[in-house]
Amino acid sequence: MQIAIVKYNAGNIYSVVNAMKRLGIEPILTDNPELLCKADKVLFPGQGNAKEAMTYLRAHHLDQVIADLKQPVLGICVGQQLLCKHSEEGDVDCIGIFDAEVKRFSPQRHEDKVPAMGWNEIYNLSTPLLEGLREHPYTYFVHSYYVPLSNETIATANYILPYSAAMHKDNFYTCQFHPEKSGKIGEQILKNFLEL
Amino acid sequence: MNKGLAKRIVPCLDVKNGETVKGTNFVNLRSAGDPVELGKAYSDAGADELVFLDITASYEGRKTFTDMVTRVAAEINIPFTVGGGINTLEDVDRLLNAGADKVSVNSAAILHPELINEITNHYGSQVCVCAIDARMDDDGWHCYIKGGRERIELGLFDWAKEVEDKGAGEILFTSMNHDGIKKGFANEALARLAEEVSIPIIASGGAGTMEHFKDAFNIGKADAALAASVFHFGEIKISELKAYLKNNDINVRL
Repeated sequence: MQIAIVKYNAGNIYSVVNAMKRLGIEPILTDNPELLCKADKVLFPGQGNAKEAMTYLRAHHLDQVIADLKQPVLGICVGQQLLCKHSEEGDVDCIGIFDAEVKRFSPQRHEDKVPAMGWNEIYNLSTPLLEGLREHPYTYFVHSYYVPLSNETIATANYILPYSAAMHKDNFYTCQFHPEKSGKIGEQILKNFLEL
Repeated sequence: MNKGLAKRIVPCLDVKNGETVKGTNFVNLRSAGDPVELGKAYSDAGADELVFLDITASYEGRKTFTDMVTRVAAEINIPFTVGGGINTLEDVDRLLNAGADKVSVNSAAILHPELINEITNHYGSQVCVCAIDARMDDDGWHCYIKGGRERIELGLFDWAKEVEDKGAGEILFTSMNHDGIKKGFANEALARLAEEVSIPIIASGGAGTMEHFKDAFNIGKADAALAASVFHFGEIKISELKAYLKNNDINVRL
């Protein structure tokens, strides 16, 4: 099975490479449109600033390449946000698979810290991506922006407010949390993705 | 449903020349194993995060430590922080490229506070953990640098507020009065820190029993609790600790 990881200017891509290797997969890290299209599955990870990421993706025409992918795609963290229509982070139009607006958390209480960083429960799980997990598993989040709940939400997290911890539309799957840093639960989710 | 984020249990591994050690009151180091093996064992046992502190001084030691970070990143599927001897943005760059999720800065941040701004501007505040070693002296809580050897005329709470303003993502507060003594964390100082700053606080120094962790969360209002020897020498098992905390209505990841 050929797994491609989208190579661009977003940080922490190597932790996803390492996670694949732990599952016995040697992924290719590439920004080559042909290799991305040919891969059996594509991972679209990310950490960093949405506007800078979109500027880079557009300059390299990767936004259209990603939008046209037909095989299962997994967007992680900023990858999830970039697959939405628009982000408040830098007021930027994104790839637009999901008809959603990415918003910044607004803290309500002293305890509401932004970025949200740490382990949180996810619930109302659906789709094969999130099968075989315990009830309300904990996953690891690091983010200041979130995607509101919608019909495309396949897992909910609650921090300041309930929001989309994972999403699904057609061949596109996403998670706001980092499966590659979420221990055994995260490993199971990545395994599930490889089996889609 | 909004319980907030889980309270974290964080084993800390002091690393010298690629091996794990732990000091009592910052001296008398005892060897306790291979960092990668230990890290993996802790991750499997349910640790929420790991901290690796490089206590090697030499340049060659830095290289050994960076290689260790690369090996840890390949094996471990939970977040981990690295610290020790981070003085420049290049140090941060090197360790993040090796696969670390966060870096912890200590003496260098006190001597050159702009380092915190530089790290957070480049990588985001989530990457920057500011470690503060402090001691309750006759004239109040003061910051210390160089592994606790040198007192700085800087109050703990003033410095904590400043590092928050500079954009640090978390504070790792070690009480030198409590470290290595195993009689509990500095809960009073922790609770005051939690009131004065709004970034997460990692409590460090003093863990001896499971109850000490409970108190750090309930009384000290800490977001995470760090310990070393009680875990390394098996005095407290992480799985049992988390079950105990859960039974005491503390939100932990099981």
